[in-house]
Amino acid sequence: MKSWLPILLLLGCCASAGPPEHRSGYHLLGGELRALQDDDFANPGMLWVDRGERLWNAPGGPREQSCRDCHDEPANLRGLTNRLPRFDAEADRLHNLDTLVRDCRQQRQQAEVLPHESEDLLALTTLIAHQSRGLPLEVTVEGPARAAFEQGRASFERRRGQLDLSCADCHQRLEGARLRGETISAGMVNGFPLYRLTWEGLGSRQRMIRWCNEAVRAEPMDPDSRRALALELYLAWRSRGLPLESPAVRR
Amino acid sequence: MSLSARVRIPTEARAGEVVEIRTLVSHPMETGFRVDSFGRRVPRNILTRFSCRYADREIVSMDLRPGIAANPYLAFRFVADVSGAIELRWEGQDGEVLVERGHLEVSAA
Repeated sequence: MKSWLPILLLLGCCASAGPPEHRSGYHLLGGELRALQDDDFANPGMLWVDRGERLWNAPGGPREQSCRDCHDEPANLRGLTNRLPRFDAEADRLHNLDTLVRDCRQQRQQAEVLPHESEDLLALTTLIAHQSRGLPLEVTVEGPARAAFEQGRASFERRRGQLDLSCADCHQRLEGARLRGETISAGMVNGFPLYRLTWEGLGSRQRMIRWCNEAVRAEPMDPDSRRALALELYLAWRSRGLPLESPAVRR
Repeated sequence: MSLSARVRIPTEARAGEVVEIRTLVSHPMETGFRVDSFGRRVPRNILTRFSCRYADREIVSMDLRPGIAANPYLAFRFVADVSGAIELRWEGQDGEVLVERGHLEVSAA
């Protein structure tokens, strides 16, 4: 019986890793960075979660309302982030975590809009995403979201920039290959918002998309645009089934 | 991001026990060697000193330099011998100070 244990462990390992297209960037990290992400004290992304908790309770806007006044505990939003982006049929648009928080602040709280990638917005989105940690990514791409999904898929396949590369060229066809010192990731988005050592700070999925576009010398997308959100929907669909890791740590 | 810290300070120990303090502080630790997208030098902004006092004795101190990454994580171990206050202190280059306090209660071994 004892001799079976290593084999069972090995099987368990393979099952959680899944097929190559479902491999979290976590598996490309060295032992030290995995340990950093797994340690809820030392994980630097938790600084933003702490800050998010303070902001959650801070009153704002003309009626001095805080997030807590409406939503109560942040834990009530467990199960939200892993289903984003989602299609809002009434507004005929996709919403991701950033646009939901920004709209809520502007329209309901009537406080000043938090700029994209600002420390305060990242603090709130990381706090909210953190509540869904461990839940599998599952976005809806049928029904009214179908058109956006197809637009996102086309965007993923389209060559762009001076280097004339599409997302799929690297993150699908060359996934696992080497790009100088780096292993090319599968482009999974289950860790966002995440702490990236290159940035020495946090970033959203849209910041990563912008970074990638700059890397192939393409024009960056407006993070609120339909095509940017459609691409994010497609990326989330590719990552379906992976557990949410936010705040993840990446190189 | 404004200066704030996550700290884990032990509250109880037996005399002679080795205990650990862990700290994580939010700070950009800007080196002063980088330039922004307009080619302008980004001014240096770093923490310059960290120290820990335990029962009125300084048990740890260190100078921080521009080579240390943003959001420094510092952890250290020491032998708990007497009950006493613990004070962690970070000092920035422009005189800003962040202090976190705790109390370690030491019982006979």
